[in-house]
Amino acid sequence: MIRKYVPLLIFLTLVIFLGIGLTRDPHLVPSPLIDKPVPEFSLPRLADADQHLASSDLRGKVTMLNVWASWCVACRAEHPVLVDLAKKNVVALYGLDYKDNREDALRWLEFYGNPYVESAHDIDGKVGIDFGVYGVPETFIVDKQGIIRYKQIGPITEDILKETILPLISRLDGSAL
Amino acid sequence: MTFNNPEDEQRFTDLTKDLRCLVCQNQSLADSSADLAQDLREEIYNEMIAGKSNSEIIDYLVARYGDFVLYRPPLKPVTYLLWIGPALFLIIGVFIAINYLSRRKKIVLSQEDQEYANELLGTDPEERDNS
Repeated sequence: MIRKYVPLLIFLTLVIFLGIGLTRDPHLVPSPLIDKPVPEFSLPRLADADQHLASSDLRGKVTMLNVWASWCVACRAEHPVLVDLAKKNVVALYGLDYKDNREDALRWLEFYGNPYVESAHDIDGKVGIDFGVYGVPETFIVDKQGIIRYKQIGPITEDILKETILPLISRLDGSAL
Repeated sequence: MTFNNPEDEQRFTDLTKDLRCLVCQNQSLADSSADLAQDLREEIYNEMIAGKSNSEIIDYLVARYGDFVLYRPPLKPVTYLLWIGPALFLIIGVFIAINYLSRRKKIVLSQEDQEYANELLGTDPEERDNS
């Protein structure tokens, strides 16, 4: 009598697999950069083009590198979360202004608030490519040794910050240099 | 983009056709007009001009975007099921078919039934055809 249920079982197996498939976002591609050193870069600072922000600046402390742009709508949604985070003073938050016009970017920061210690100005997106950026906003958490430990694709929400990012930062903060 | 010879142009076309655009995932880098795809095409072009081989260029992209950029995923433990799966399903299918067909019972009629059947159908094959 079991034979009678074989098609049903096959069907249910399919339903389960397809169901799991539905809960996953195909746009979230796992980054090969996790647990790898930050790609080498040296870019003009957004606030002062004569000065540079380099990958070596992201060492010796836990840092967060947020890839943003003034033309990026989702970045605007994410921004208040970053401004709040900056007030907490738990992590050095750096920005990578991706394929953006300097004036627009500076005006954007003036208007919405500037949570960044510094932003690097990646005008042609070359450094973005080295970071495997394919959809702003993206955020990398880098440990004290300059190793990327986490990548957030898309905006950081309050929930993600509380449940994933803050615990990770405090864990990385506790580890020896 | 200008190429020195048609072979290089063909190589560029073939290469970008086999690479996925991360932004619009069902399009290759050759097809996509997404901003990132344009940038990556330019990168690939520059690498080619710099004399890099196809595999070096592919490694460059995989190091940044992962295996996902490849339309042909490499054979490695996580992709074994992907590559071997179809053959596995075919083998299972053949096995089930053989099993099913060999278990189908041949119908053996008793003499009485056979005669009755002949009577209904007509014993002579030709007569049967004409009826």
